[in-house]
Amino acid sequence: MSKFVAILKKRYKRIIRMKKFVVPFICLFVIMANTFIVEGAETHTAETENATHNHGECSCHHEEKYDPGASAFHHIADANAFHLFGDYYLPLPCLLYAPGKGFTFLMSNDFDMHHHGSGTKAIDGYVMVHGSIMRVNQEGFPMDGEVEVACYTEKTSEDGKVTFQVIYEEKCYALDKKTSYDGGIMGGGVTSFYDFGMTKNVFTMILAFLILFFLFRKAAVSYITRKGQAPKGVQAVIEPLFEFIRNEVAIPFLGSKYEKYLPYLMSIFFFILGLNLIGQLPFFPGSGNVTGNLSVTLVLAVIAALITNFSGNKNYWQHVFNMPGVPLPIKFILTPVELLGLFIKPMTLMLRLFANITAGHIVIIIFVSLIFIFGQAGENLGGSILGGVMAVPLTLFMMAIELLVAFVQAFVFCILTASYIGAAIEEHHEHH
Amino acid sequence: MTGTLAAIGAGLAVIGAGIGIGNIGSKAMEAIARQPEVVGDIRSNMILMAALIEGAALIAIILSIFVK
Repeated sequence: MSKFVAILKKRYKRIIRMKKFVVPFICLFVIMANTFIVEGAETHTAETENATHNHGECSCHHEEKYDPGASAFHHIADANAFHLFGDYYLPLPCLLYAPGKGFTFLMSNDFDMHHHGSGTKAIDGYVMVHGSIMRVNQEGFPMDGEVEVACYTEKTSEDGKVTFQVIYEEKCYALDKKTSYDGGIMGGGVTSFYDFGMTKNVFTMILAFLILFFLFRKAAVSYITRKGQAPKGVQAVIEPLFEFIRNEVAIPFLGSKYEKYLPYLMSIFFFILGLNLIGQLPFFPGSGNVTGNLSVTLVLAVIAALITNFSGNKNYWQHVFNMPGVPLPIKFILTPVELLGLFIKPMTLMLRLFANITAGHIVIIIFVSLIFIFGQAGENLGGSILGGVMAVPLTLFMMAIELLVAFVQAFVFCILTASYIGAAIEEHHEHH
Repeated sequence: MTGTLAAIGAGLAVIGAGIGIGNIGSKAMEAIARQPEVVGDIRSNMILMAALIEGAALIAIILSIFVK
C-alpha cells in the first residue's frame, strides 16, 4: 500500500509542487480583483456626476482631468489631419458626402485647427473635433457656408457612451460620430455622412509605397550594374530579407509552385514591415498607425482568404466538404467545423496583426502618460519629473520590443498566409 | 464594473497564452539542444505555433477591451 502511495506521489509530484505557487497566486488575484472593483465603482460614480453637471449647460468650460485611456485611443486612431508640431497641421484633402447635401471638397486646414486638432470653423455643417471630421446632426445649425464655432464639449449619456457637441452662439448642437467602416468597433460607425478623404493612414500607406518602390528599384538596378559583384548599399539590406522569405517561407510551404505566389508574399511582407516601422516613429512622417487599424488588416486578410480559396484544388475542397477516410457520422460534425475554419483563419490573421500593433502603441502611450498621471495633468512639477524618470526607460524598453514585433508580425502574417495557401494547393497524398 | 471584469478577462487570457507559449519555447529549446543542425526549421515552426496561440489570446483580449 505504501508503495502505491509512493508511486502516486512520484507521478503527481509536479502537481503537488505547483500547489505552493497556486495558493498564493489565487490569494493575490482575489485581493487585486477587490481593489479593482472598488476603484471601478468609485470612478463610475464620479463620471455620472460629471455627466449630470454637463447636461443642459452650454459653456466652454474645460475639464482639465487627464484620461490616459481616452488619450491612447485618440492617438492610435485614424485622423483627417496630420499633426506636425505645435498648432501646425499638414493639410489633407477631404471629400465628404452627405445624402441630400451632395459632395463637399475641402482641405483639412480650412477648419483652422488650433488646440488638440479641434477646428474653430464649421463648413457646410462639418466640424473638426480632435482631428476627425464630424457632422452636426441637430436642427438650427447653419448647414451652408462657413461659420465660426466656439468650442466642443463631450457629453456622456446614461449608458456610458460619449458623444460630442459643438457650441455655436452659446447653444449646443449634437454631432454625429465620425464615419468609419469597421462597424463601430473602434467607437465610430457609419453615420449620416461618408468620408472619402485622404486620411492620415492613407497618407502613410502612400508614403510606405513610395519608399518601398524606390528601395526595390534601387536594388533591382544594382543587380544589373553590379553583376557578379558582392551586394552593396540598399541591395545588401533588401536581399537578405528577400532571400529569407523565399527560402524559409515560400519554398518550404509552397513547394515547387512557389514562384507563382512569391510576388504576393513579398508584397505583403514588405508592406506590413514598412508600415510597422513607419508607425513606430513618434513624429511626422511616421505616427500613422496603419497596421493597427482594423479596416486595413481586414482588407489584407480578405485578400489572403481570396487567394487561398481561389487557388484551392480539388483535394482542398474535398478536405473541407467530404473528408476522406472518416466515417459518415463524423462528417456531419467535421464539415461545419472545416467551413467555420475557412472564416476563422482570415479572422485571426486580421486580429493578430491589429492587436499586436495596437497593444504595443497603447502600452507606449500609457507609459508616456505616467508623466501626466504623476504630475496630476501639469499641476505638480516634482511628480512630472518622477513620471518622466520612470517613463523614459519603460518607453525605450517597449520601443525595442515593438521593433522586434514589427519584424515578427510581418513574418508571421507572411508565413501563415503561405501555410494556408500551401494547404490549399497541396497535392493528394495516400497516407489517409 | 464591466471594465474591471474585462480587464480581469484579459489577464486570464494572457495566463493561458503564457503557459502555451512557455511550453512551445521550452520544447523548442530542448529540440534545438538535441539537434542543433535543424535550428532554422525549429525556429520558424516555433514562431508559427506561438503566433497561433497568441491569436486565440489576442481575440480574447480584443473582445475584453471592446465589449463594454
